[in-house]
Amino acid sequence: MKSAVIVFPGSNCDRDLAVAFEAVTGAKPAMIWHRDTELPDDLDLIGVPGGFSYGDYLRSGAMAARSPVMQAVAKAAERGAYVLGICNGFQVLTESGLLPGALLRNAGGHFVCRDVALTVENAQSAFTSRYDAGEAISFPVAHHDGNYFADAETLDRLEGEGRVALRYAESVNGSARNIAGILNETGNVLGMMPHPERVIEAAHGSTDGRRLFEGLVEGLMARA
Amino acid sequence: MKARIFVTLKGGVLDPQGKAIHHALEGLGFGGVNDVRAGKLIELDRADGTSDEDIDAMCRKLLANTVIENYRIEKVA
Repeated sequence: MKSAVIVFPGSNCDRDLAVAFEAVTGAKPAMIWHRDTELPDDLDLIGVPGGFSYGDYLRSGAMAARSPVMQAVAKAAERGAYVLGICNGFQVLTESGLLPGALLRNAGGHFVCRDVALTVENAQSAFTSRYDAGEAISFPVAHHDGNYFADAETLDRLEGEGRVALRYAESVNGSARNIAGILNETGNVLGMMPHPERVIEAAHGSTDGRRLFEGLVEGLMARA
Repeated sequence: MKARIFVTLKGGVLDPQGKAIHHALEGLGFGGVNDVRAGKLIELDRADGTSDEDIDAMCRKLLANTVIENYRIEKVA
């Protein structure tokens, strides 16, 4: 199983995500610099990490989305590789068009940094198969621009197609319909604001996030 | 030849920055404002031969996120 984590200038959760990938796959992921135009062959799993890529210039994720490596990520997603974008990674995926909508400044204007209660809305996806539908979990968030926005038609489509993977169980940032994480049409790309990679070991205070990564690996093993 | 690109949030898109500015104006005693919306001004010093279509493409591909923003191009001699 081959995984990779994309590293932009200003990424700061890339190493945490690499630790999470290694914990479940048993192999170190390739760390891919943003200027690279090609990814290693046959990647199964690509992580787009949290942070403040390019200092959030212009819009959060806007510069990273246009960097050379994202073309390669889009190609990999098209052939079915799993792509997981967390926090800034979610912003990058919406800016690059791999996921619909946009992430606006938090409704309250404040940076939100705390554990938040989440509900698993879709437990059928590759990313959420180790959770139960409707299960209550808690992940940390740390973001300024996590207010998910899409027009009503897009929101209805996301809901109707089961593409809302995770929902906030409390008011966090003003997101439309409390959406915390969404899937692409084919279910192999997930973008989410909360940080599962920060809750994978007992020492983190919770292991709620570990099953997300374990489920991905199980899915990949089944696919192989 | 310069071009000014005005990028503004679409109507209905929440603008916490505008709200904060509005609140600060009221704090300074300026009561005569109903609403504030903040946007961006991007100035391009364009090379000769850069077409209007090129500038429009720049707006669509990078300068504005048309999911949430509108843009207006103003050419400056």
